[in-house]
Amino acid sequence: MTGAKRWLIAGIVLAVVVSIFSAQFNRYHLGIIIDIGINIILAVSLNLINGHTGQFSLGHAGFMAVGGYTAAKISLVVSPMLPPALQPMIFLFALLAGGGLAALAGLGVGIPSLRLRGDYLAIVTLGFGEIIRVVVQNMDSVGAASGLKGIPKYTTLGWAFSLAAVTIYFVTALVNSTYGRGFIAVSDDEVAASSMGINPVRYKVTAFVTGAFFAGIAGGLYAHHKQFLSPTGFDFLKSIDIVVMVILGGMGRTTGVVVAAILLTLLPEVLRQFSEYRMIIYSLLIIVLMMARPQGLFTWNRKKGGAA
Amino acid sequence: MSQPLLKLDHATIRFGGLTAVSKFSLEVQPCELIGLIGPNGAGKTTAFNMITGVYQPTDGHIHLNGKSIAGVKPHDLTRQGIARTFQNIRLFGSLSVLDNVRVAMQLHCKHGVRAALWRGAHFKKLENEVEMHALELLDIFKLGGLRDEEAKSLPYGDQRRLEIVRALATRPKLLLLDEPAAGMNPTEKDELMHLIRFIKDKFQIAVMLVEHDMTVVMGICERIAVLEYGVKIAEGTPQHIQRDPKVIAAYLGTATEKEEPVDA
Repeated sequence: MTGAKRWLIAGIVLAVVVSIFSAQFNRYHLGIIIDIGINIILAVSLNLINGHTGQFSLGHAGFMAVGGYTAAKISLVVSPMLPPALQPMIFLFALLAGGGLAALAGLGVGIPSLRLRGDYLAIVTLGFGEIIRVVVQNMDSVGAASGLKGIPKYTTLGWAFSLAAVTIYFVTALVNSTYGRGFIAVSDDEVAASSMGINPVRYKVTAFVTGAFFAGIAGGLYAHHKQFLSPTGFDFLKSIDIVVMVILGGMGRTTGVVVAAILLTLLPEVLRQFSEYRMIIYSLLIIVLMMARPQGLFTWNRKKGGAA
Repeated sequence: MSQPLLKLDHATIRFGGLTAVSKFSLEVQPCELIGLIGPNGAGKTTAFNMITGVYQPTDGHIHLNGKSIAGVKPHDLTRQGIARTFQNIRLFGSLSVLDNVRVAMQLHCKHGVRAALWRGAHFKKLENEVEMHALELLDIFKLGGLRDEEAKSLPYGDQRRLEIVRALATRPKLLLLDEPAAGMNPTEKDELMHLIRFIKDKFQIAVMLVEHDMTVVMGICERIAVLEYGVKIAEGTPQHIQRDPKVIAAYLGTATEKEEPVDA
């Protein structure tokens, strides 16, 4: 299994090396590539909650907002006080703090998930996401409705893809173990799982906290990439976008979800030439893809069970 | 007499106005094969659900190894040595046969989240051990060849067997089987009877089964308890139960009942 760790290191090295040459890229393309990295983190972390553990969360944009605003505020306050050489340290700290606070929010949402399932849980998480958005909209310290401006541009291709690699490693390593099979067991049959000595509550909360942590990291990267945060960017449509990536990629299929995240980030950009018809074509393509491959884009063989 | 493994003391459960199980007392000795029978709706599965912690008794006590299990969650009871199968098979359908057993073994695993994330040599060794034990267990029940099949794709009989293997993987002291013979043909039933006896002897555990099939129950159980409308009406050896007038009445009705005039 040390092979998995080798992949992680290879991924990070590759991301950093490519990042060194990122000045060669067209700014527009570079922006989209970083978007892809962020979306991979979002989709893979949501896949732990919705795919592997079988919960239905519509609150991922909420966790992202918690992480994004926290990280942005920290670097806005701290970076003018410290020498520029410490910049990566500040950024790392801001990201971790954002992820940590999002994880705390995940714990808060995980608690009702002990009692609710399916549609009911989806509605609670949807409500949570909206609460976060409304709270932010009314907080003057983070710019309220007019948004938070002037966030330093710390996010590079290297940061985005290194952290995407960490997320993928974390989620797959977690699920591909005797311990982690419990997530899938809870998703398959909660009653049977608990009669096999598995505590479904612990697993669900673990999934929510882990998923929210990485969503918070993604939010921090997003904030330092766009350099501007507005509450409207974290409405429930953003959550739906991430859910679509997970469903299209195939619930619980990490490879599929990564590819779906890439595809669904590129698609709206490729469709720019159709201007006003863009979103119509985008929606139609999603409907067609769903009808053609309801089991997920890359799900051919489910023999091995669990994560790919 | 040694301390009973499981002791039900006037265990009662009410759902609103309905008393599903009433003052049910029963002792199960270690390494005993005991049957629980009764007509449909007599409360057999409800009794199982009380023993496994799915339902909490409204009145009365249940003790496992002399310790009360009131308020103990099902997953903790499994830790204390109760495992079960379900009337309608509840395997982890999307997991492989091997993973179904591995999942059930995790309560005895010392390595958890941190080891899974770090993936050191120690983790690899422990995971290999788990896999080896799971395969040994599957091989005993001739399921080893199907290790990579998805559980839900197995034929019915294999699914039933896998459910028993999965329950055994938690290393129980008491194994509860809820209608293991349901939907089986006579040959399969015969195999099942051998299997249950084999499990009891090989693993030295107590087995309690709810079953409708009288050939199976009478054929293997050392002791039988009979429930009717949530009340225990008889308990004893199969020979004793077969002759008990109350049991015969519960299953076939009494002569007097039929002759009773209907009030106009």
